[in-house]
Amino acid sequence: MANMNSEHDGEPQGTAYGRFHRRVLERRAAIMAIATTLAISVGGLVEIIPMSPASMGPEQPAMVSPYSPLEVAGRDMYLREGCYTCHSQMVRPMRAEILRYGEWSRAFEYTYDRPFQLGSRRLGPDLHRVGGKYPDAWHYEHMRDPRSTSPGSIMPAYPWMIDHKIDPADIRASVVALSKVGHAYDDTSLEGVTASLEAQGAGIVANLATAGVSAEWDDEIVAMIAYMQRLGVDGRAVFEAEGTGR
Amino acid sequence: MEPNSVAADSSRSAPAVTPNYDDGIVKMFFTATVIWGIVGMLVGVIIALQLAWWPANLNLPWTSFGRLRPLHTNAVIFAFAGNVCFTGIYHSMQRLLKTRMFNDTLSRIHFWGWQLIIVSAAVSLPMGLTQGKEYAELIWPIDVAVTLIWVAFAINFFGTIAIRKVQHLYVAIWFYMSFVLTIAVLHIVNSLAIPATLLRSYPIYAGLTDGLVQWWYGHNAVGFFLTTPFLGLMYYYLPRAAERPVFSYRLSIIHFWALVFLYIWAGPHHLLYSALPDWAQTLGMVFSVILIAPSWGGMLNGLLTLKGAWDRVRTDPILKMMVVAVSFYGMSTFEGPMMSIRAVNGLAHYTNWVIGHVHSGALGWVGMMSFGMLYWLAPRLFNRPLAYPKWVSHHFWLATIGIVIYTVAMWAAGLMEGLQWRAINDAGQLVNPIFLDITARLQPFMLLRLLGGGMYLVGAIMMGINFWQTVNGPERPEEADALPQAA
Repeated sequence: MANMNSEHDGEPQGTAYGRFHRRVLERRAAIMAIATTLAISVGGLVEIIPMSPASMGPEQPAMVSPYSPLEVAGRDMYLREGCYTCHSQMVRPMRAEILRYGEWSRAFEYTYDRPFQLGSRRLGPDLHRVGGKYPDAWHYEHMRDPRSTSPGSIMPAYPWMIDHKIDPADIRASVVALSKVGHAYDDTSLEGVTASLEAQGAGIVANLATAGVSAEWDDEIVAMIAYMQRLGVDGRAVFEAEGTGR
Repeated sequence: MEPNSVAADSSRSAPAVTPNYDDGIVKMFFTATVIWGIVGMLVGVIIALQLAWWPANLNLPWTSFGRLRPLHTNAVIFAFAGNVCFTGIYHSMQRLLKTRMFNDTLSRIHFWGWQLIIVSAAVSLPMGLTQGKEYAELIWPIDVAVTLIWVAFAINFFGTIAIRKVQHLYVAIWFYMSFVLTIAVLHIVNSLAIPATLLRSYPIYAGLTDGLVQWWYGHNAVGFFLTTPFLGLMYYYLPRAAERPVFSYRLSIIHFWALVFLYIWAGPHHLLYSALPDWAQTLGMVFSVILIAPSWGGMLNGLLTLKGAWDRVRTDPILKMMVVAVSFYGMSTFEGPMMSIRAVNGLAHYTNWVIGHVHSGALGWVGMMSFGMLYWLAPRLFNRPLAYPKWVSHHFWLATIGIVIYTVAMWAAGLMEGLQWRAINDAGQLVNPIFLDITARLQPFMLLRLLGGGMYLVGAIMMGINFWQTVNGPERPEEADALPQAA
């Protein structure tokens, strides 16, 4: 029969650290707890503190702008449906990835990504350069029935995005919260947010109409399309201006 | 009667449970563990089916993969593994410290609070209420509740240490302590957010900073929710089941401190090849590789504890489960560092290989250690002989073969994906320009994964039935109680 404590209650250990461990740490629970907390803190502090916004470079936000209210609504939908469980938003600096998706993802492009959506899995393709790749109507059909645009796809269908409406007051709450953490919006009043939603939504509705699809500006699918079409666009503009990228 | 004298009087043929200990709370956590374990694994099998056969998404919001996958991960990590840890900690720490828990009310607040959090997660996640960060999906009001309940647990935990009747803290207690402290730090720092509504919030961190904080949290949730408490459980229940003392006290000191210090650095290996600064990526990679040493220290201390008891491993399915658990721990803590090497990660990242790696750790190490502990505890805790002793062996084989099928299928699928995504022909063009062509080739592996996961679930259900019948069966006759339980 093993007695667990026998080993501990036996003769003092032969090594200096063993004696210290036994006499101090194992007897003084508070010292043990403090030592453990210190041990687990070092790595996090060393890695996270240099990544604070102050040390990430102040010039970066100038190169990109925050998501519009409609895009915020679409992004919230992207989170709601757990799109990140199958899609990444991070093109790696590798030849095959650049061929498949486009220019590799830079840090500044994520300035307004709260939360980040780099993803950890590609059951579907990366989406960081999907903005502008397909027409609005393609996204509409793809969400309604993924197999209609992408034969063999295993993606679930999202017909409820066509039936459900967005709520401007709810989106305004998001815009107000985001403006508190430094995302600059011209107008965070309900009227201002609603006007912005309507104006951007109307553009997408018009695009859809040319493809024979009828939708309204406050359909959830319109916000989703707005977010999809925004992905990677700011970065591409910067690369083109600088003459970098393809 | 002093607990010390009760414990010392091992010749007495008393019930295995010393009356002074609060075993009611252990039974509560035990029951919750079995229920949530089966639920979490069932959701896993359902989403595995969805990947093999998309119509299983049912075209409904609350049953689509993207909402059920977080439900699966949260259920198996925080509901199943969490309750396993609490079961083992409440049972073993009272015996190791020779005292009842500090405060019975706090124990109940911890239990019911935690179960309520699980239920609210099970309702909110399928509704699409999420923060969109992996393994930290729960919305901010639930995050606040987690913090409060964790504080109640911590007060109870350290209170029990304060009123202990033994001088020294046994190695299992060190590991439990690192669990209690580190999870608090990780959860609070990663969950800091600005609420927009009662149901939605945005993190105070943005972009890659948010990514770094999240993977510091995510990787160390594996480290301090699924590794250190389970090492603590190993240090208590493996020697108990094997009836051997722990192999090396010195090794336990070295690997404990090395593990808790090194683990925390390894998070950035989840962000290799991202735009995260190179120095951070390199730190993550280097510390991941170094992490092999303390991990294998724990594995060796576990396996070598069986020195002189290997003949019993052949016949005792509980020991078999623990041996397989520790072996899978060794295997996945070798595989993980290898996958953290940039060149290997370039191939493995974003593929099913990662899913296979996670499950060799989760099904192999966490699951098997849990099953071994639960089977060892059940007859002692409920003072009844196991209803179907032979089923333990069936469960062992179902689970072990299930894990092997699962991980081998995922390795093959992951390698295939990684190689086909990157394949470029002599003309400099992609060999597989259409992404979906590669996805379609995953189908047979998805079916194999469904089979392996299904076998694992069947084993867990058999365990549940076994325990149900045990609890409702006849009590153990007192004279037949030859259970070795001195502490």
